[in-house]
Parts: sequence; structure tokens; C-alpha cells
Amino acid sequence: MNKFAFVDCKTVDEALGQLGDGATVKAGGIDLLDLMKDDIVFPAKLVNIRNVDSLRGITVSADGLQLGPLSTLSEIADHPEIQRSYSALSDAAGHAATPQVRNMATLGGNIMQRPRCWYFRSTDVDCKKKGGGSDECHAQAGENQYHAIMNNSTCAMVHPSSTAVPLLGMDAQVELTSKRGKRMVLMSNFYVPPEKSVINETVVQPGELITGIFVPAPAPGTRSAYQKYGEKESFDWPIADAGVVLVMDGALCRKASVVLGVAAPTPIRSKAAEAVLTGKTIDEATARAAGKAAMQDATPLSQNGYKVQLFQTAIYRTVLLAAGQMQRDPSAIG
Amino acid sequence: MADAPKIEVSRRGFLKGAGVTAASTVIESAKAFGREANSALQSVPTVGPGPLPIKLHINGEEHIVTVEPRYTLAETLRDNLGLTGTKVVCDRGSCSACTVWIDKVPALACMTLSVDAVGREITTIEGLSHGDTMHPVQAAFVKHDAMQCGFCTPGMVMSCAALLERNPNPSLADVKHAVSGNLCRCGTYPKVFAATLDVAQHRVASGLVTLSAGREA
Ligand SMILES: Cc1cc2nc3c(=O)[nH]c(=O)nc-3n(C[C@H](O)[C@H](O)[C@H](O)COP(=O)(O)OP(=O)(O)OC[C@H]3O[C@@H](n4cnc5c(N)ncnc54)[C@H](O)[C@@H]3O)c2cc1C
Ligand code: FES
Ligand code: FES
Repeated sequence: MNKFAFVDCKTVDEALGQLGDGATVKAGGIDLLDLMKDDIVFPAKLVNIRNVDSLRGITVSADGLQLGPLSTLSEIADHPEIQRSYSALSDAAGHAATPQVRNMATLGGNIMQRPRCWYFRSTDVDCKKKGGGSDECHAQAGENQYHAIMNNSTCAMVHPSSTAVPLLGMDAQVELTSKRGKRMVLMSNFYVPPEKSVINETVVQPGELITGIFVPAPAPGTRSAYQKYGEKESFDWPIADAGVVLVMDGALCRKASVVLGVAAPTPIRSKAAEAVLTGKTIDEATARAAGKAAMQDATPLSQNGYKVQLFQTAIYRTVLLAAGQMQRDPSAIG
Repeated sequence: MADAPKIEVSRRGFLKGAGVTAASTVIESAKAFGREANSALQSVPTVGPGPLPIKLHINGEEHIVTVEPRYTLAETLRDNLGLTGTKVVCDRGSCSACTVWIDKVPALACMTLSVDAVGREITTIEGLSHGDTMHPVQAAFVKHDAMQCGFCTPGMVMSCAALLERNPNPSLADVKHAVSGNLCRCGTYPKVFAATLDVAQHRVASGLVTLSAGREA
């Protein structure tokens, strides 16, 4: 790790005053320390927000769910009201990483973490994400078994955040605060595809802090589920994960959100899968058709064709789980 | 890599903020750390990049150590304080060998900055036993022979002991879940599960379990 100065802030104003000039926000520090130990980033100063009390706390009201960005993945996973009314979110938080990481990792840091692409994470490789001289995405002709199977022509990285998947499906909003004021960004606008910027994964600007994440209250009849698949059973990064939010009227699906994690460079909603489910009775056949539809535009690379099949199955099983027609898949991680 | 530019530390502001006497510049509590009365923007004291003394609460004792902000808690425990029971294997958060408790919650010493542990209560594997008297989980690991090379063992014990603090009567699934992040390349998991469940069933008391006593069929 490089040498750096450290400043421990107690309020949002203090933290905002410290940002700029090579300073980087530190929350749980899990991703940041990982990047610093690998010499991918080397901030001159860490602005510690972990002790900013106003960024903590989870409140559930008739309007929805208000999450402080310092809420840990464990706190979200164990929260009874999130488990009851926003179950895809507690599932995603509870199946990310390891118990120890979940005790330290914060929601804000989780949606802000950088991609795991091994070319990006290696100092030996110059890749365009790092703003170096290279104009190539090395994954496209290289080792790409975990990379994107959709929207992968500019950069084939995937965003690894598990919590972003249900947050996108639940139309969450992220509150960003800077010295100039606050703005709310819909989760659907939060991530930036590589075609727009290959360097920045999110719309968060230097000098901005995530100060809240808001999830609107679910409509009556809403049910949600999330499942994640990896190579190991105990804990692993996802190689396919799916979040499904259904507004049900008996067996009939009035509205559906189907979100795929680690399929594309950003978490994405599958409009094709949603169209298959909307207005239909949810059963095995519609769930399978949704999985197929979600993958119709897949463009797998040389080594990741298997992810197409994996996603079809993940969506099929997660739709049935959300509809209450299947138990948690024992082959999913957790 | 080039060192970060030197950052001015306001010693006066720092002393005032840290609430310590002028004789000492030790940072000693999370609350005091960095706080200035009515602090406005920019007024929070910055520490480092050079070494600074901090006070850590470890296993019920206070330790003053001089660290750079970049030193992890695992490095400080092992290199500065000689508490080498905490192991470092991956140094990246993915094996849990370095598990300690921070404010009673299992956390990773390799992914915690020492300066960020100020004011928190740290428990390491050395803090579980009392002199020669082992913690019941340690005694059960001996009884069940739940280790081979032993490198993952301190982290494993910290995870299992924390589980029993939270849930004195766990199921097998609960134990599996509690150690799901602890990698053991020797494959001791079945014995780790058996040892932990044995403690839960109150069959293992704390205290030294002699090997002969531990080796019953
Ligand atoms: C073994 C292992 C397995 C993992 N598996 C998974 C997994 O399955 N799914 C998953 O989603 N993640 C996984 N992770 C990643 C982990 O969840 C993230 O690294 C963690 O959530 C990051 O949160 P943090 O609070 O530690 O962030 P930090 O490391 O503190 O910050 C990460 C980034 O976010 C920025 N940031 C943090 N908070 C704010 C804020 N409030 N405003 C603006 N910027 C901010 C920081 O500047 C930094 O760039 C895994 C990690 C490990 C080590
Ligand atoms: S050494 Fe800390 S998790 Fe592996
Ligand atoms: S006993 Fe050898 S790694 Fe677990």
C-alpha cells in the first residue's frame, strides 16, 4: 500500500470539506484496501466516513425503505422488515461475500466497488479502464470465462455488486450530496455503460458522497427474490445472479422487474423477460420462457457461453421463487 | 510507488480534538479522534502519512503503538505487539484466517486499518483463553482434533466462538454458515462442526483438556 494521510470525519460537512486533491472516501474499506494493496489506486488521503453517525441507520415507513449508506450488508440481511417486504434485498446482502466481509462492508461501498476483471486488477496489464495507453479490452480475446455475455463490445467487465441487482429491480434512488447540494439519481441511471465512459462505472462525481439510498414502498401484492450462482457453494463472487420483483394478483403477474447481475458491464433489466411475464399466470412454462427471452440478445465471448445457460436457469428459478412456487434453490450460493 | 505528498498536521488542533493532555499525542478514542468543537468544513485534523501513536484496546488491555495510517490491524497485532495468533494468509479479505472480533463482531484484521480500530474493543485469539485455561471452543477443537496444519484454526475458533456468543444453541447449518468464509485447505470442516456443536451441548467445559482425555473414541 502507498503511504497516505487519514482523516476521520464525524459529519457529512466535515467529509465534504475534505474531499478533493487526491482524497478518496473510505467506508468499510474492503474494496478500497484491496485496490490499494494491489497498487491499482493510490490515494494521497483517505477520508474516513465510517464514524459519520448520520450516514447510519435503516428506517422503514409507509413511503418505503430509507437506508443509510453505512448500513452493513449484515445489518441489511438480518433486518426483519427488509426480510419481509424487500426480501430480494436481504437475500442479496446476505449472500454476498463472507460473514466477516458482510460485517464490515457497507451498502454505499458495495454499489461503488470497482469491477473484478483480472486485467483491470493487474498492475502488469495496461487496460483502457485504467486510462492507460491501451485501447484494448484484453478480456475479449483473452481469459473471459467470468466476463460479460451482453453489451460487451467496448469493455467486457461486469459490475460485481449483488445489492445493486434488487435495488435496480425495486426502482431505488441514490441520494448524492456535494458542497453544491443534493441530487437524487434513479438506480437505473446510476451505472454508466462503458460506451459512455470506460473509466467511471457510476455517475458519482469527485466531491460527491452517497448520503442515502431510498427504496419506494412495494405495491400491494409485491413479491421479490434474488439468487446467486458461483463456482463454490459456500461463498463466491457471482457468475450469474438474478433479482425478480413481481406484482401479483393471485396467480396473475401484473408487473415484473427482472434484473441480471454480472451479465453485462452494468446490472441490467431485461425488458424482454418482463414482457413475457407481464399479464400472465406464473408457472414453469412462463418462467422458462422469461429466462430464454432474457438471453435472446446474448453475445458470449470465447469462454463464457456457459453463462447463457446459467442465466436462463437462474431467471427461471428466481421467477418461481419470487412467485412462491419454488423453495430456495439449494445449488445457489448461501 | 511514490510516497504521498506530505500533509500538514495541525498539532494544536489535533491535541485539542483528541482531548488528551499536552504530554501525549496519542489518539485514544473513536469519539475524540478527529473531533474539534463546532468544527466547520476543513477543520478536521489529518494524521499521517508518517507514523503516529495510537491507543488500541486489545483483549481488555490498552496498548500504545506507533503506526502509519497504512498499517493494517493484522500487521500491528503481529509485528508491533507480537500477537501472532492472528494469521495472515491472503491479506485480501478472502480467507478469514485473520478473523478477530471488533466490538464483539467477527471482522478481518487484514482489511482493517489500525487507525480505524482506535476506540474499538478488539479481541484476538489470545484474548479467548485465560492463562492456561482454554476457551471451551479451543478445548473442543483439541478434543475433536479439529486442526491439521493449524493455520486457519485461530480464525475458525474466533468465528465459532462468536457464533456461540450470539446463539448458544446453533444447528449444524448455523455452524456451517458461521465458518462459510473461513477457508481450510486441510479440510477440517467436519471436525470443526462437531467441536462447535459439542460445546453447544455443554459437553466441553473450559479448561485444559489433556490429549488422552480428548482422544476418547
Ligand atoms: C472474499 C470477498 C467476496 C466478495 N463477494 C462479494 C459478492 O458476492 N457480492 C458483492 O456484491 N460483493 C462482494 N464482495 C465485495 C464487497 O462486498 C465490497 O468490497 C464491499 O461491499 C465494499 O464496501 P465497503 O464499505 O468496504 O467499501 P469501501 O472499500 O470503503 O469503498 C468502496 C468504494 O466506494 C466508495 N464509497 C464508499 N462509500 C461511499 C459513499 N458513501 N459515497 C461515495 N463513495 C463511497 C469508496 O471511495 C471506494 O471507491 C466481496 C469481497 C470479498 C473480499
Ligand atoms: S488474511 Fe485476512 S482474510 Fe485472508
Ligand atoms: S488446518 Fe490447515 S488450513 Fe485449516
